[in-house]
Amino acid sequence: MNIKLNGADHTLSDDASVTTVVSHITGRVVDSSGQAADGRKIGVAVARNSEVVPRSQWAATALAEGDELEIVTAVQGG
Amino acid sequence: MTTASTQTASTQTDALVIDGVEFGSRLIMGTGGAPSLDGLGAALLASGTELTTVAMRRYSPAETGSLFQLLVDHGIRVLPNTAGCFTAKDAVLTAELAREALETDWVKLEVIADEQTLLPDAVELVDATEKLVDRGFKVFAYTNDDPVLALRLENLGAAAVMPLGAPIGTGLGILNPHNIELIVSRASVPVVLDAGIGTASDAALAMELGCDAVLLATAVTRAQNPVQMGEAFKHAVIAGRLAKQAGRIPRREHALASSAMEGRAEFL
Repeated sequence: MNIKLNGADHTLSDDASVTTVVSHITGRVVDSSGQAADGRKIGVAVARNSEVVPRSQWAATALAEGDELEIVTAVQGG
Repeated sequence: MTTASTQTASTQTDALVIDGVEFGSRLIMGTGGAPSLDGLGAALLASGTELTTVAMRRYSPAETGSLFQLLVDHGIRVLPNTAGCFTAKDAVLTAELAREALETDWVKLEVIADEQTLLPDAVELVDATEKLVDRGFKVFAYTNDDPVLALRLENLGAAAVMPLGAPIGTGLGILNPHNIELIVSRASVPVVLDAGIGTASDAALAMELGCDAVLLATAVTRAQNPVQMGEAFKHAVIAGRLAKQAGRIPRREHALASSAMEGRAEFL
Protein backbone atom coordinates (compact mmCIF):
# COMPACT_ATOMS: atom_id res chain seq x y z
CA MET A 1 0.00 0.00 0.00
CA ASN A 2 1.00 3.61 -0.44
CA ILE A 3 0.97 6.11 2.39
CA LYS A 4 2.39 9.55 3.07
CA LEU A 5 4.99 9.64 5.82
CA ASN A 6 6.00 13.13 6.98
CA GLY A 7 4.82 14.46 3.65
CA ALA A 8 6.70 11.99 1.43
CA ASP A 9 5.33 8.98 -0.47
CA HIS A 10 6.13 5.55 0.93
CA THR A 11 5.21 2.06 -0.16
CA LEU A 12 4.65 -0.46 2.64
CA SER A 13 3.64 -4.11 2.85
CA ASP A 14 -0.11 -4.54 3.24
CA ASP A 15 0.15 -5.81 6.84
CA ALA A 16 2.18 -2.81 8.07
CA SER A 17 1.22 -1.31 11.42
CA VAL A 18 2.31 1.96 13.03
CA THR A 19 4.98 -0.03 14.88
CA THR A 20 6.42 -1.21 11.56
CA VAL A 21 6.82 2.35 10.36
CA VAL A 22 8.22 3.74 13.65
CA SER A 23 10.70 0.89 13.78
CA HIS A 24 11.70 1.43 10.17
CA ILE A 25 12.19 5.20 10.40
CA THR A 26 14.00 5.25 13.78
CA GLY A 27 16.02 2.09 13.18
CA ARG A 28 15.07 0.86 16.66
CA VAL A 29 13.27 -2.31 17.68
CA VAL A 30 9.90 -1.33 19.17
CA ASP A 31 8.02 -3.73 21.45
CA SER A 32 4.26 -4.28 21.58
CA SER A 33 3.82 -1.60 24.28
CA GLY A 34 5.40 1.02 22.01
CA GLN A 35 8.69 1.27 23.93
CA ALA A 36 12.12 0.80 22.38
CA ALA A 37 13.50 -2.65 23.10
CA ASP A 38 16.90 -1.12 24.00
CA GLY A 39 15.31 0.42 27.11
CA ARG A 40 16.04 4.04 26.13
CA LYS A 41 13.27 6.52 25.47
CA ILE A 42 12.17 6.51 21.87
CA GLY A 43 10.89 10.09 22.07
CA VAL A 44 8.58 10.11 19.05
CA ALA A 45 4.83 10.46 18.61
CA VAL A 46 2.59 9.53 15.72
CA ALA A 47 -0.44 11.20 14.21
CA ARG A 48 -2.47 9.23 11.68
CA ASN A 49 -4.74 11.38 9.55
CA SER A 50 -4.38 14.21 12.10
CA GLU A 51 -5.26 12.04 15.10
CA VAL A 52 -2.72 11.00 17.71
CA VAL A 53 -2.11 7.26 17.92
CA PRO A 54 -1.09 6.46 21.54
CA ARG A 55 2.07 4.33 21.70
CA SER A 56 0.09 1.55 23.37
CA GLN A 57 -1.98 1.34 20.17
CA TRP A 58 0.88 1.40 17.66
CA ALA A 59 1.07 -2.39 17.27
CA ALA A 60 -2.69 -2.78 16.94
CA THR A 61 -3.11 0.07 14.48
CA ALA A 62 -3.08 -1.31 10.96
CA LEU A 63 -2.46 1.20 8.21
CA ALA A 64 -4.64 1.71 5.16
CA GLU A 65 -4.02 2.89 1.61
CA GLY A 66 -3.68 6.68 1.47
CA ASP A 67 -3.05 7.17 5.20
CA GLU A 68 -1.13 10.27 6.16
CA LEU A 69 1.31 9.66 8.98
CA GLU A 70 3.24 12.30 10.86
CA ILE A 71 6.06 11.12 13.13
CA VAL A 72 7.46 13.89 15.30
CA THR A 73 10.16 14.28 17.89
CA ALA A 74 11.71 16.97 20.10
CA VAL A 75 14.01 19.42 18.35
CA GLN A 76 15.65 22.68 19.36
CA GLY A 77 13.20 25.49 19.88
CA GLY A 78 11.45 27.89 22.18
CA MET B 1 28.10 34.52 61.02
CA THR B 2 24.86 33.06 62.33
CA THR B 3 22.87 35.53 60.28
CA ALA B 4 24.82 34.80 57.14
CA SER B 5 24.35 31.05 57.39
CA THR B 6 20.63 31.47 58.11
CA GLN B 7 20.30 33.59 54.99
CA THR B 8 22.12 31.02 52.91
CA ALA B 9 19.77 28.33 54.18
CA SER B 10 16.73 30.41 53.31
CA THR B 11 17.90 30.95 49.72
CA GLN B 12 18.51 27.24 49.35
CA THR B 13 14.92 26.46 50.29
CA ASP B 14 13.60 29.20 48.02
CA ALA B 15 12.50 26.72 45.38
CA LEU B 16 10.34 27.50 42.40
CA VAL B 17 7.27 25.27 42.59
CA ILE B 18 5.19 24.64 39.49
CA ASP B 19 2.40 22.09 39.55
CA GLY B 20 3.89 20.62 42.73
CA VAL B 21 7.36 20.15 41.22
CA GLU B 22 10.29 21.97 42.87
CA PHE B 23 13.12 23.59 40.95
CA GLY B 24 16.30 24.95 42.50
CA SER B 25 16.93 27.17 39.47
CA ARG B 26 14.56 29.93 38.41
CA LEU B 27 16.04 30.06 34.93
CA ILE B 28 14.08 28.16 32.31
CA MET B 29 15.99 27.76 29.08
CA GLY B 30 14.90 27.40 25.50
CA THR B 31 17.00 25.47 23.02
CA GLY B 32 16.36 27.40 19.80
CA GLY B 33 19.19 29.02 17.91
CA ALA B 34 22.11 26.84 19.05
CA PRO B 35 24.41 25.82 16.19
CA SER B 36 25.26 22.41 17.69
CA LEU B 37 23.95 19.98 20.29
CA ASP B 38 27.32 19.84 22.05
CA GLY B 39 27.52 23.60 22.41
CA LEU B 40 23.93 23.69 23.57
CA GLY B 41 24.58 21.08 26.25
CA ALA B 42 27.53 23.07 27.62
CA ALA B 43 25.51 26.31 27.70
CA LEU B 44 22.59 24.61 29.46
CA LEU B 45 24.89 23.17 32.09
CA ALA B 46 26.54 26.57 32.66
CA SER B 47 23.13 28.20 33.09
CA GLY B 48 22.17 25.76 35.86
CA THR B 49 18.70 25.34 34.33
CA GLU B 50 16.53 22.42 35.44
CA LEU B 51 13.69 22.96 32.96
CA THR B 52 14.12 23.48 29.23
CA THR B 53 11.79 23.88 26.29
CA VAL B 54 11.87 21.94 23.04
CA ALA B 55 9.83 22.18 19.85
CA MET B 56 8.06 19.27 18.13
CA ARG B 57 8.97 18.68 14.49
CA ARG B 58 9.01 15.85 11.94
CA TYR B 59 11.42 13.07 12.84
CA SER B 60 14.41 13.07 10.54
CA PRO B 61 16.61 9.97 10.37
CA ALA B 62 19.47 12.20 9.13
CA GLU B 63 19.52 14.09 12.44
CA THR B 64 22.52 13.08 14.52
CA GLY B 65 22.05 12.92 18.27
CA SER B 66 18.85 13.35 20.21
CA LEU B 67 18.04 16.58 22.00
CA PHE B 68 15.56 14.71 24.20
CA GLN B 69 18.27 12.25 25.20
CA LEU B 70 20.70 15.11 25.91
CA LEU B 71 18.22 16.68 28.34
CA VAL B 72 17.41 13.34 29.96
CA ASP B 73 21.15 12.65 30.38
CA HIS B 74 21.69 16.02 32.09
CA GLY B 75 18.68 15.54 34.40
CA ILE B 76 16.91 18.53 32.84
CA ARG B 77 13.13 18.33 32.73
CA VAL B 78 11.60 18.81 29.29
CA LEU B 79 8.94 21.41 28.56
CA PRO B 80 7.59 20.90 25.04
CA ASN B 81 6.20 23.95 23.28
CA THR B 82 3.70 24.52 20.52
CA ALA B 83 5.93 26.94 18.60
CA GLY B 84 4.81 27.53 15.05
CA CYS B 85 1.10 27.01 15.77
CA PHE B 86 -1.27 29.71 14.57
CA THR B 87 -4.54 28.12 15.70
CA ALA B 88 -5.88 26.49 18.85
CA LYS B 89 -6.56 23.35 16.83
CA ASP B 90 -2.91 22.96 15.75
CA ALA B 91 -1.67 23.79 19.24
CA VAL B 92 -3.86 21.12 20.83
CA LEU B 93 -2.71 18.46 18.36
CA THR B 94 0.94 19.46 18.84
CA ALA B 95 0.54 19.30 22.63
CA GLU B 96 -0.99 15.84 22.36
CA LEU B 97 1.90 14.64 20.19
CA ALA B 98 4.38 16.11 22.68
CA ARG B 99 2.64 14.34 25.56
CA GLU B 100 2.95 11.05 23.71
CA ALA B 101 6.53 11.54 22.56
CA LEU B 102 8.01 12.97 25.74
CA GLU B 103 5.70 11.48 28.36
CA THR B 104 4.84 14.76 30.05
CA ASP B 105 1.55 16.61 30.37
CA TRP B 106 3.35 19.94 30.71
CA VAL B 107 3.19 22.19 27.68
CA LYS B 108 4.36 25.69 26.88
CA LEU B 109 1.42 26.96 24.91
CA GLU B 110 2.39 29.28 22.10
CA VAL B 111 -0.26 30.35 19.62
CA ILE B 112 1.11 33.11 17.49
CA ALA B 113 -0.73 35.58 15.30
CA ASP B 114 1.76 36.10 12.48
CA GLU B 115 5.38 35.52 11.59
CA GLN B 116 6.37 39.16 11.56
CA THR B 117 5.57 39.90 15.21
CA LEU B 118 5.35 36.34 16.62
CA LEU B 119 2.97 37.89 19.15
CA PRO B 120 0.42 35.63 20.83
CA ASP B 121 -3.07 35.58 19.31
CA ALA B 122 -5.16 36.23 22.41
CA VAL B 123 -8.37 34.67 21.10
CA GLU B 124 -6.74 31.42 19.96
CA LEU B 125 -4.63 31.34 23.13
CA VAL B 126 -7.68 31.48 25.39
CA ASP B 127 -9.43 28.82 23.32
CA ALA B 128 -6.40 26.50 23.36
CA THR B 129 -5.82 26.98 27.10
CA GLU B 130 -9.39 25.95 27.82
CA LYS B 131 -9.17 22.87 25.60
CA LEU B 132 -5.78 21.74 26.94
CA VAL B 133 -6.75 22.21 30.59
CA ASP B 134 -9.85 20.14 29.80
CA ARG B 135 -7.63 17.37 28.41
CA GLY B 136 -5.52 17.28 31.55
CA PHE B 137 -2.54 19.32 30.39
CA LYS B 138 -0.54 21.62 32.67
CA VAL B 139 -0.51 24.73 30.55
CA PHE B 140 2.32 27.26 30.65
CA ALA B 141 0.65 30.02 28.70
CA TYR B 142 2.90 32.30 26.67
CA THR B 143 0.98 35.56 26.66
CA ASN B 144 1.12 39.23 25.84
CA ASP B 145 2.11 41.55 28.69
CA ASP B 146 -1.58 42.16 29.28
CA PRO B 147 -2.69 41.95 32.94
CA VAL B 148 -6.29 41.25 31.94
CA LEU B 149 -5.43 38.39 29.61
CA ALA B 150 -2.94 36.93 32.12
CA LEU B 151 -5.62 36.74 34.78
CA ARG B 152 -8.05 35.19 32.32
CA LEU B 153 -5.56 32.45 31.49
CA GLU B 154 -4.99 31.75 35.18
CA ASN B 155 -8.75 31.55 35.78
CA LEU B 156 -9.04 29.07 32.91
CA GLY B 157 -6.61 26.82 34.77
CA ALA B 158 -3.15 27.68 33.41
CA ALA B 159 -0.40 26.26 35.65
CA ALA B 160 1.81 29.27 34.94
CA VAL B 161 1.48 32.47 32.95
CA MET B 162 4.38 33.63 30.82
CA PRO B 163 4.12 37.25 29.75
CA LEU B 164 6.58 38.49 27.15
CA GLY B 165 9.11 41.20 27.89
CA ALA B 166 9.38 42.03 24.19
CA PRO B 167 8.71 40.10 20.95
CA ILE B 168 10.55 36.79 20.56
CA GLY B 169 14.18 37.10 19.55
CA THR B 170 14.32 40.90 19.68
CA GLY B 171 16.50 41.20 22.77
CA LEU B 172 14.75 44.48 23.57
CA GLY B 173 14.35 43.61 27.25
CA ILE B 174 11.22 44.39 29.26
CA LEU B 175 9.28 47.03 27.35
CA ASN B 176 6.48 47.46 29.87
CA PRO B 177 7.77 46.83 33.40
CA HIS B 178 4.63 48.34 34.88
CA ASN B 179 2.41 45.73 33.23
CA ILE B 180 4.70 42.91 34.34
CA GLU B 181 4.49 44.18 37.93
CA LEU B 182 0.72 44.37 37.65
CA ILE B 183 0.52 40.81 36.31
CA VAL B 184 2.69 39.59 39.19
CA SER B 185 0.69 41.46 41.83
CA ARG B 186 -2.56 39.80 40.81
CA ALA B 187 -1.35 36.29 39.95
CA SER B 188 -1.59 33.29 42.21
CA VAL B 189 0.18 30.96 39.79
CA PRO B 190 3.88 31.36 38.92
CA VAL B 191 4.68 34.20 36.51
CA VAL B 192 7.53 33.49 34.12
CA LEU B 193 8.96 36.36 32.08
CA ASP B 194 9.33 34.86 28.63
CA ALA B 195 10.82 36.35 25.47
CA GLY B 196 12.62 39.56 24.65
CA ILE B 197 15.49 39.11 27.09
CA GLY B 198 18.73 40.46 25.62
CA THR B 199 21.26 40.36 28.41
CA ALA B 200 21.73 39.49 32.06
CA SER B 201 20.39 42.76 33.49
CA ASP B 202 17.03 42.16 31.72
CA ALA B 203 16.66 38.88 33.62
CA ALA B 204 17.64 40.50 36.90
CA LEU B 205 15.01 43.19 36.29
CA ALA B 206 12.34 40.55 35.62
CA MET B 207 13.07 38.97 38.98
CA GLU B 208 13.16 42.37 40.72
CA LEU B 209 9.70 43.06 39.29
CA GLY B 210 8.54 39.96 41.14
CA CYS B 211 8.51 37.31 38.42
CA ASP B 212 8.96 33.76 39.71
CA ALA B 213 11.25 32.72 36.88
CA VAL B 214 12.68 33.80 33.53
CA LEU B 215 12.59 31.89 30.24
CA LEU B 216 15.07 32.71 27.51
CA ALA B 217 16.83 31.04 24.62
CA THR B 218 18.49 33.16 21.96
CA ALA B 219 20.05 35.55 24.50
CA VAL B 220 22.26 32.59 25.39
CA THR B 221 22.35 30.42 22.27
CA ARG B 222 23.18 33.32 19.93
CA ALA B 223 25.52 35.14 22.31
CA GLN B 224 29.14 35.31 21.15
CA ASN B 225 30.05 33.03 24.05
CA PRO B 226 26.94 31.00 24.96
CA VAL B 227 28.55 29.17 27.89
CA GLN B 228 29.69 32.40 29.51
CA MET B 229 26.31 34.03 28.86
CA GLY B 230 24.53 31.01 30.35
CA GLU B 231 26.50 31.48 33.51
CA ALA B 232 25.80 35.24 33.50
CA PHE B 233 22.06 34.53 33.42
CA LYS B 234 22.36 32.01 36.22
CA HIS B 235 23.79 34.73 38.47
CA ALA B 236 21.44 37.43 37.16
CA VAL B 237 18.33 35.46 38.09
CA ILE B 238 19.69 34.71 41.56
CA ALA B 239 20.71 38.36 42.06
CA GLY B 240 17.34 39.68 40.92
CA ARG B 241 15.48 37.28 43.18
CA LEU B 242 17.61 38.20 46.20
CA ALA B 243 17.19 41.91 45.50
CA LYS B 244 13.42 41.51 45.28
CA GLN B 245 13.32 39.65 48.59
CA ALA B 246 15.74 42.06 50.25
CA GLY B 247 13.50 45.04 49.47
CA ARG B 248 14.96 47.92 47.51
CA ILE B 249 15.18 51.50 48.75
CA PRO B 250 12.49 53.86 47.53
CA ARG B 251 13.28 56.10 44.55
CA ARG B 252 13.72 59.74 45.62
CA GLU B 253 13.75 62.92 43.66
CA HIS B 254 16.65 64.49 45.54
CA ALA B 255 19.90 63.25 47.00
CA LEU B 256 20.02 61.79 50.49
CA ALA B 257 23.43 61.84 52.15
CA SER B 258 24.50 58.56 53.64
CA SER B 259 27.18 60.24 55.78
CA ALA B 260 25.98 62.25 58.78
CA MET B 261 26.40 66.04 58.55
CA GLU B 262 26.92 66.24 62.32
CA GLY B 263 30.44 66.24 63.71
CA ARG B 264 32.12 67.54 60.59
CA ALA B 265 35.48 69.19 61.09
CA GLU B 266 35.44 72.91 60.48
CA PHE B 267 37.92 74.46 58.11
CA LEU B 268 38.87 78.06 57.74
